[in-house]
Amino acid sequence: MGEPESQDHAVVRALRGYDPASVAEVIEFRGELTIVVPRAHLRRACELLAVEPDLQFTFLSDITGVDRFPLEPRFEMNYHLVSLARRERLRLKVRAPSSDPVVDSVTPVWDGANWHEREIFDLFGVRFDGHPELRRILMPENWEGHPLRKDYPVEGYR
Amino acid sequence: MTTTVQTPTGAAQTMVLNMGPQHPSTHGVLRVLLEVDGETVVKAQPDIGYLHTGIEKSCESKTYSQVITLTDRLDYLAPLSNNLCYVLAVEKLLQLEPPPRARYTRILLTELTRIASHLVWLGTHAIDLGAMSVFLYCFREREEILKIFEMFAGQRMMTSYFRIGGLAAEPPAGWEDRVARFVETFPSRIQEYEDLLTRNRIWLGRTQGVGYIDPKMALAVGVSGPSLRGSGVPYDVRKMFPYAGYEEFDFDMVVRKEGDVYARYLCRVAEMRESLKIVKQAMPRIPSEGPIRADAPGIVPPQREKMKTEMEALIYHFKIFTEGFSPPVGEVYQAIESPRGELGFYLCSDGTPKPWRVKVRAPSFVNLQALPKFVAGKMIADVVASIGTIDIVLGEIDR
Repeated sequence: MGEPESQDHAVVRALRGYDPASVAEVIEFRGELTIVVPRAHLRRACELLAVEPDLQFTFLSDITGVDRFPLEPRFEMNYHLVSLARRERLRLKVRAPSSDPVVDSVTPVWDGANWHEREIFDLFGVRFDGHPELRRILMPENWEGHPLRKDYPVEGYR
Repeated sequence: MTTTVQTPTGAAQTMVLNMGPQHPSTHGVLRVLLEVDGETVVKAQPDIGYLHTGIEKSCESKTYSQVITLTDRLDYLAPLSNNLCYVLAVEKLLQLEPPPRARYTRILLTELTRIASHLVWLGTHAIDLGAMSVFLYCFREREEILKIFEMFAGQRMMTSYFRIGGLAAEPPAGWEDRVARFVETFPSRIQEYEDLLTRNRIWLGRTQGVGYIDPKMALAVGVSGPSLRGSGVPYDVRKMFPYAGYEEFDFDMVVRKEGDVYARYLCRVAEMRESLKIVKQAMPRIPSEGPIRADAPGIVPPQREKMKTEMEALIYHFKIFTEGFSPPVGEVYQAIESPRGELGFYLCSDGTPKPWRVKVRAPSFVNLQALPKFVAGKMIADVVASIGTIDIVLGEIDR
């Protein structure tokens, strides 16, 4: 759980102001702020963060998939955002269970999310709803399985 | 002028041209599918993954110290930048502070890396656009830098010189003279390249007004590094989120407004001069004596002498190399300014000696994504200039 000061953070306040349910958890670790967002709120929260004049998280650094196998919800997407205006970094975290590995695409918010989401689809098998062309990017088109899943052997299937 | 072939039905006829993966101007194994209408590109579609080696997956079965060797292989033109970014991420996770001698040596070497990487970029970019001799001059100077790396790390390219908590080995005897000699001669060498290119009519014709990157589009895609600063956006990780002690150094962020291939060329050339400034400032700050690794038993390997006299040191040494160390549970993201832009390492620790997840935010991967957006509607010959200007390294794109 986050400490009292991180709960007070301007970004957290702005998100809570838009919808109290859009912040599930605030984590502060090693000076980095992580906001866990429920799956249903992801797209709207991202739009708010990118557009809101006080926040301006206009730069999407990276999206990282994490497989928590065998825990559930198994998949975790981490969105690393930068606000050049505020000189701040922020991590958004969204979780998806293995029974339904789908999250909303944020490509409409940041164009650059396109390839990051394709990479996660390719290597983790998580689908992104509303993505313009969700197909493999690093592995061959006809590859079977998703290599970065924890139940995929390091040497591959032989 | 577009040359459109009209079919009887009146629809325009386009053709798909396959560029790469063995095309010399694609700097590695990049394949670009070009849909062309005569000489004009209608649509460009990069196809990547030819160099995918699963480095991120391999990292998960290595201990934290073993991963360093893999990071060299990402951006093989700037291995020390990768080393730095990774060790900073692990040090952030462990809350470990390297001693001053290691800190300044790291900055010195990463800035030399930036110069070496920009030299390769300049040489190959010039050769792509038909200027043969610049390539030879650039590689001459790069060789000097690689010799410095060899002195320090014993390796010219796959250095692995930065370690968790410090450096792999003592800085070698006589390194000051070697670096000083380079620092002395290099400004006149940059002048040489500029004499050959900056006002060269052919160079201007091939680069000015070509490959315009719109700052809004660049930000939306996440383009970083000189490719972003060439379009007037002042974002340099060294200035925005200082790391490793860059806040103590005096240097300028180079920003150009024009946004074309020529602006990015000027940006990178000026950046080499700025890096040289940092190198000059870092040299006198490196103490000639003192520890090169942090004092963190159980994480940083003990000194040889201690292992021969102290039982604990011997035990720690054995434990570090047989099972590694276990950082606390948590996740960190560390970004640095690599020669190509924002390089980031995301580490997720589950409290075991092996990282649960290592993710590399490769600047080339993101920068390449912008390529289709700024070559559409331009000539095929400009695609070559456009690929060169974003300075991609396929090793880190495909990972």
